Amino acid sequence: MAPDATPDEPETGAGAPVAPRIVPVTTTLGPLRPTATSGQPADAFVEYCLRLADDRLVLGHRLSEWCGHAPILEEDIALANIALDLIGQAEAFFSVAAEAEGRGRTPDDFAYFRDDVAFRNAMLCELPNGDFGVTIARQFLWTALQVPFTKALSAASHAQLAGAAAKAHKEHVYHLRHAADWVLKLGDGTPESHARVQAALDGLWPYTDELFYADGVDAAVAALVGAPVVTALREDWARTVEAVLRQATLSVPVADWTPAGGRLGRHTEHLGHMLAEMQSLARAHPGAQW
Amino acid sequence: MSVASPTREEVFAILEAVRDPEVPVLSVVELGVVRDVALAPGETIVTITPTYSGCPALRVMEREVVEALERAGLPNPRVVVSYTPAWTTDWIGPDAREKLRAYGIAPPGPRRHDDAPDVLVQLLRAPDVVACPYCGSRDTELRSEFGPTACKSIRFCRGCSQPFEQFKAI
Repeated sequence: MAPDATPDEPETGAGAPVAPRIVPVTTTLGPLRPTATSGQPADAFVEYCLRLADDRLVLGHRLSEWCGHAPILEEDIALANIALDLIGQAEAFFSVAAEAEGRGRTPDDFAYFRDDVAFRNAMLCELPNGDFGVTIARQFLWTALQVPFTKALSAASHAQLAGAAAKAHKEHVYHLRHAADWVLKLGDGTPESHARVQAALDGLWPYTDELFYADGVDAAVAALVGAPVVTALREDWARTVEAVLRQATLSVPVADWTPAGGRLGRHTEHLGHMLAEMQSLARAHPGAQW
Repeated sequence: MSVASPTREEVFAILEAVRDPEVPVLSVVELGVVRDVALAPGETIVTITPTYSGCPALRVMEREVVEALERAGLPNPRVVVSYTPAWTTDWIGPDAREKLRAYGIAPPGPRRHDDAPDVLVQLLRAPDVVACPYCGSRDTELRSEFGPTACKSIRFCRGCSQPFEQFKAI
């Protein structure tokens, strides 16, 4: 190869006569510390934002796995669009967390350079896509809460947090329309579609309890900026979910166990596998630009 | 133009030449993405807002705004991204709407205010009437709320049997 030849992959420098410069992770990130909660209101605020952002990043990544695999072209586009919205929302909430934290971390640092134990998403968001019925049921159950939640959060006294929530709210409204529309079509569709979406709801239902997990973080941020505590929205959520399931001729499941721990970094084994794929490029080429 | 001390109007005029990469018939100003121009001594700060949280065109627009201002010789152009207030199709003016229609994209209808928080009510109510940008027929149907870009939905015209895109009202 001639010394001045173009690398095979100009973005990464692969194939170049001179090996690309490797930037140590510590140079790009600064010292890494776990995002444990100290009980200080400022830390609680960061933690609260990470819970919002991680739900969106993880669920957005799950939806992106459908790209090229959805049952019809329109649905492929729809799921990819919703994935983009959620990942964009995650970036906005990560930015708020980063500014409050004040340690120079970027949204990319939060997304690509934390391990599963540092993620604060509800476990519902990390569960594998399953069949289309599972994906739709998961999306419906989660989004039915996000609509009233982001509306309440958009009244918080922290301008950036409230602004990100107001933006997210507009998007969740049509995300919910999309998911509820499919729940109606599948539930009130063929015997097979009905059976599959009912099985999906039954399997996911125990994980919905964790969506209403609240602790000192929520109380501190409610006192600090008037952010909503999610437990207050449970009835609102149940009303929406039950009305749609009834209309779709589906039955409301009953949970006989209620897993929890995602908000504190205890996850199912599925998250680690998902992150291994999601983070591999950024970790193999830290600071890569394209 | 006196580059040394440009006016806000002059900066807006430069930004009128920056097109939305996904909808090149509109400028970033007509689209409502440019929210503000601030002129500090030796610095030009343009505030932009994304149409949708995940709009992949935002970074391209950010870069093109900076490049256009640099080409015009403005001092230290810089872009600030703001999420507040959230972007709305209400900011697309009548002229821009007509440009969209002529380009083959149905302009956004009136924004539905948050009058129906109940998703079942939203799904079961009468659908919006949208005119086909090609033949003008009002006999059209929504095929998908999700189009090739986040800001557009896909519709079908029964009058001329053509699929078309509509800017979603948000």
